[in-house]
Amino acid sequence: MMHKPYLSLSHVGKSFQRGTNITEVLRDISLTVERGEYVSLIGHSGCGKSTLLNLIAGLTPVSSGTVLLEDKHVNAPGPDRAVVFQNHSLLPWLSVYDNIRLAVDKVWAKESASQRKARIMEKLDLVQMAHAKDKRPSEISGGMKQRVGIARALAMEPKVLLLDEPFGALDALTRAHLQDQVMQIHQTLKNTVVMITHDVDEAVLLSDRIVMLTNGPSATIGEIVNVNLSYPRKRIELVSQPEYIRCREAVLKFLYERHKFVEAA
Amino acid sequence: MSEAALKLETELAEALPLPVRPLSNVVVLPTKHAKPRMIFMPDFKKIGAALLPPLFVMLLALLLWQIFASSPTSGLPPPTTVIAESSDLILHPFFDHGGTDKGLGLHVFASLKRVALGYTLAAIVGIALGTLVGASQLFMRGLDPLFQILRTVPPLAWLPISLAAFKDGQPSAIFVIFITAIWPIIINTATGIRNIPDDYKNVARVIQLNPLQYFSKIMVPAAAPYIFTGLRIGIGLSWLAIVAAEMLIGGTGIGFFIWDAWNSSHISDIIVALFYVGIVGFVLDRLVSYVGSLVTHGMTVN
Repeated sequence: MMHKPYLSLSHVGKSFQRGTNITEVLRDISLTVERGEYVSLIGHSGCGKSTLLNLIAGLTPVSSGTVLLEDKHVNAPGPDRAVVFQNHSLLPWLSVYDNIRLAVDKVWAKESASQRKARIMEKLDLVQMAHAKDKRPSEISGGMKQRVGIARALAMEPKVLLLDEPFGALDALTRAHLQDQVMQIHQTLKNTVVMITHDVDEAVLLSDRIVMLTNGPSATIGEIVNVNLSYPRKRIELVSQPEYIRCREAVLKFLYERHKFVEAA
Repeated sequence: MSEAALKLETELAEALPLPVRPLSNVVVLPTKHAKPRMIFMPDFKKIGAALLPPLFVMLLALLLWQIFASSPTSGLPPPTTVIAESSDLILHPFFDHGGTDKGLGLHVFASLKRVALGYTLAAIVGIALGTLVGASQLFMRGLDPLFQILRTVPPLAWLPISLAAFKDGQPSAIFVIFITAIWPIIINTATGIRNIPDDYKNVARVIQLNPLQYFSKIMVPAAAPYIFTGLRIGIGLSWLAIVAAEMLIGGTGIGFFIWDAWNSSHISDIIVALFYVGIVGFVLDRLVSYVGSLVTHGMTVN
């Protein structure tokens, strides 16, 4: 019997129509992700990374091809594919606790109130934000907001966690700290993650595989790099490891030699 | 001794752990601050800075008014005459001598009752219609042109129509308030609903909120700052319209009082009534603004 992949995209394409203009953003994307795998999507801005993530999330319907998660068709958004959005998208009128509660009350509606409370606090502890549970998003820093966003997504216990440039809006130090935390969470929960990034080091540090997209329009998968580094990974030790250097070089060569961004950024 | 030298001396004293004998006649300032005491001390400087400028402007305005209205050819009485002639109105706002001879407080109360009724109706219907128009392209296309035309009709132009329809002054006045206040509420609510960020909608879709939950948990709170902007404009317009409407309808109300005073040539009474109108309008505006800040937790419309 053939091995069935956990998440699979087969010949997925996406076109947007505006008036009589049809733009093909993604073409013929086939990818499988195993349970527990951490996969990064990398490519130049505008190549359709976010569109691809939205297709997996079910937020936008595919134009052609199929997305299967555990053999079920993905055709609508759902908590089994929780998304952490680039700009945190916490609701500003709710406290940190209530933001997560909104998701937990909906997804775990059958559980008792105390079970749900335990879920919220557990995830807040996981991202080390329990101390700020009664604060509003406007009262905490950008890195903290993103941690709450991650906690909210994790609280849904998704089959696949989708991260849309989760560290993009953060300063370098906060980003490094958060990357370490996400890496640790991935090691603890062994969850399946698909992450968009435009940061080569981040991709190599966190991923088991790096999926590189060609430039749009009609972007597709150009190359996939396997990162054969054992966990736990330590960012300082990695820098001198041959495997780290090889992966980094492969991604850089892909992005800056073979698929150079032609338009002025 | 120069200031720089004094500073150096003080710094030296701070830097050295041993007690330093000050050179010559320099006084070494204490380097440790006293612990802040937990006694409530009103900050007179702050209170003064907040109160003095408006107080000064008011006194200046009164003074100018006194000077310009004191000439024998002046049609308006100066402040001193107003106070002398209308002292009973100022001192006894709640007297009731039967008929229309009532204190200003009672007249204002009658006007407020009309505004409360008309404005509440406008708020309910306005938020509902605004939500509909903001959420649905179809309703937007159908209703927006009508709204855009009707909202420019001056409040008083509605009065004859409503008198014809209701055949009574009281409901007509309430209808005029309603129709005046409703447009900014509709338009701002619709803008608020349309401006809900896609991110919030995506969050709602991922956690699969049903339409009712989406309405109460995302739509209303997200649009609340806009809704309250509309409500605040609406209350201001209501208060503008009620005075004019009551002038025409008669009976009770601050508008009627002003018209009645004009017919009896009690100019001083009119001036006192204007102060009442202004102060009540100000309080209404602040009240709605305060409720808004409570509900929206200080989120503002950017």
